[in-house]
Amino acid sequence: MQIYLPIAEVSVNAFLLLGLGGIVGILSGMFGVGGGFLMTPLLFFIGIPPAVAVATEAVQIVASSFSGVLAHLRRKSVDLKMGTVLLVGGLIGAAVGVVLFNYLKSLGQVDLLVKLCYVVFLGIIGGLMFVESWRAIRRSKVPGSRPVRRKHGLVHALPLKMKFRVSGLYISVIPPLIIGLCVGVLAAIMGVGGGFIMVPAMIYLLGMPTKVVIGTSLFQIIFVTAFTTMLHATTNFTVDIVLAVLLLIGGVIGAQIGTRIGVKMKAENLRILLAMMVLLVCGKLAFDLLVMPSELYSLGVGGDH
Amino acid sequence: MLRMIAVLFLLVTPLGAEEIVLGLSRDEVAITANFNGSEVMIFGAIKRDAPAPQGGPLEVIITLAGPLEPVLVRRKERVLGIWVNTDAVEVDAAPSFYAVATSAPMRDVLTSVEDLRYGISIPRAIRSVGAPDTVQNSETFTQALIRIRAGSQLYQILDSTVDIEEETLFRGQITLPAALTEGDYTAHIYITRDGVVVDDYETSIAVYKAGLERWLYEMSRNQPFFYGLMSLAIAISAGWLASAAFRVFQR
Repeated sequence: MQIYLPIAEVSVNAFLLLGLGGIVGILSGMFGVGGGFLMTPLLFFIGIPPAVAVATEAVQIVASSFSGVLAHLRRKSVDLKMGTVLLVGGLIGAAVGVVLFNYLKSLGQVDLLVKLCYVVFLGIIGGLMFVESWRAIRRSKVPGSRPVRRKHGLVHALPLKMKFRVSGLYISVIPPLIIGLCVGVLAAIMGVGGGFIMVPAMIYLLGMPTKVVIGTSLFQIIFVTAFTTMLHATTNFTVDIVLAVLLLIGGVIGAQIGTRIGVKMKAENLRILLAMMVLLVCGKLAFDLLVMPSELYSLGVGGDH
Repeated sequence: MLRMIAVLFLLVTPLGAEEIVLGLSRDEVAITANFNGSEVMIFGAIKRDAPAPQGGPLEVIITLAGPLEPVLVRRKERVLGIWVNTDAVEVDAAPSFYAVATSAPMRDVLTSVEDLRYGISIPRAIRSVGAPDTVQNSETFTQALIRIRAGSQLYQILDSTVDIEEETLFRGQITLPAALTEGDYTAHIYITRDGVVVDDYETSIAVYKAGLERWLYEMSRNQPFFYGLMSLAIAISAGWLASAAFRVFQR
């Protein structure tokens, strides 16, 4: 069934969008990522104009994250205190990121920068996670070996300590604030919720348990992407509500299924799957940059200079 | 119909001249939610006061053009191993949609001088002042524009698709693709003999969004803040609804 999108001004198959939303929703619920880093390139591929794809994707992320976070709240696997601290940093970072994005846009080549950002960050995070979770899986297979005790590093030496009961942590608020800020900046530049950076950062830098990380990540993504949606809707007029509704119907259902799958899986397996997915997207983007494209020319909107 | 008859009576044509009388299957195209392209039938008759003049056969060209808009064409080049947009050429005015249908192969129907004068073929319908001096092969940018738009059915060459009967009645059909831009589309009909335009006729077809599509589009432009809030409200309630529904199922 073809449907015409009023803002994107293209006609697309409604069932295709429902399916895409569903798949990305499942991943979102399983891993605590918004799914923007997967969905945005997919939307480009089916012919949605990039500006509309990025803005509309934010609406879908709000919906599937909200759906996912409700499921996690019932299981008490959301650290609201930690989420709020990360969010404060995230919103400041997002505002900084938008300013930075507009500056880079005035220099040109912003598309390339966004793609390089993706390749570099996805590559590093995916690679590190893959190696770490691979080791964890091998360790768990050897009987008698005990998990390594948590080290007391810099994270524990800083002032302004706070108790995060759900995560079982007693650490300074400075590291989560800084992580939130950095992720906020990157999220604004790359046009995503930032879950795929936030999740590994919470696991490896803050030492939070994987089960809590997912719900907490989803919690703060809701607010960051809601903020982005409003920015896009009021400044660029690129939010396509019809496209958003089609994507989020699939997305919210997928998120519920994903959350249930995620709870049943072992943390190491969950991490290695996320790592593999991140590396796959990274590889695809790197491939596109390196291989000669079949069409060297592209069309853009003229008359703005 | 009454208006067409009135036009027929009112027109006083010089002796021996040939003139177009036109009909359209539709003079407006409404884009609704389930819009999936549209067919436009353009038909008409040649009116003359005297017997058809001697010379080459009568030929008909029908063009349908969307609104003109500037387009920025970028070219990728390999820099340090990766493919990067380097040169860009701005095409000053290119129609968002352009179809040209003829009654015989284009080269038999129209001389290049007449094409230049009336701007009928696709390359002539695109206006480009010229590229900056730093860009080499700037004409390849216009060719790329035509190639990309032709690939998505936005530019169409429909050679020998117009039917002519008895040198009097003609009929052509143009298919509008689903991905259309709003605006006033111009249908242009030319009749030629020996490649020279004898008469031309212009009319417009309004293409506009209708119903829910119109309402949403206007709201996103006029009340962007509330449009954004509405999007978020839909997102939050859909998220809650799915969560609530799944909880019911699990019991």
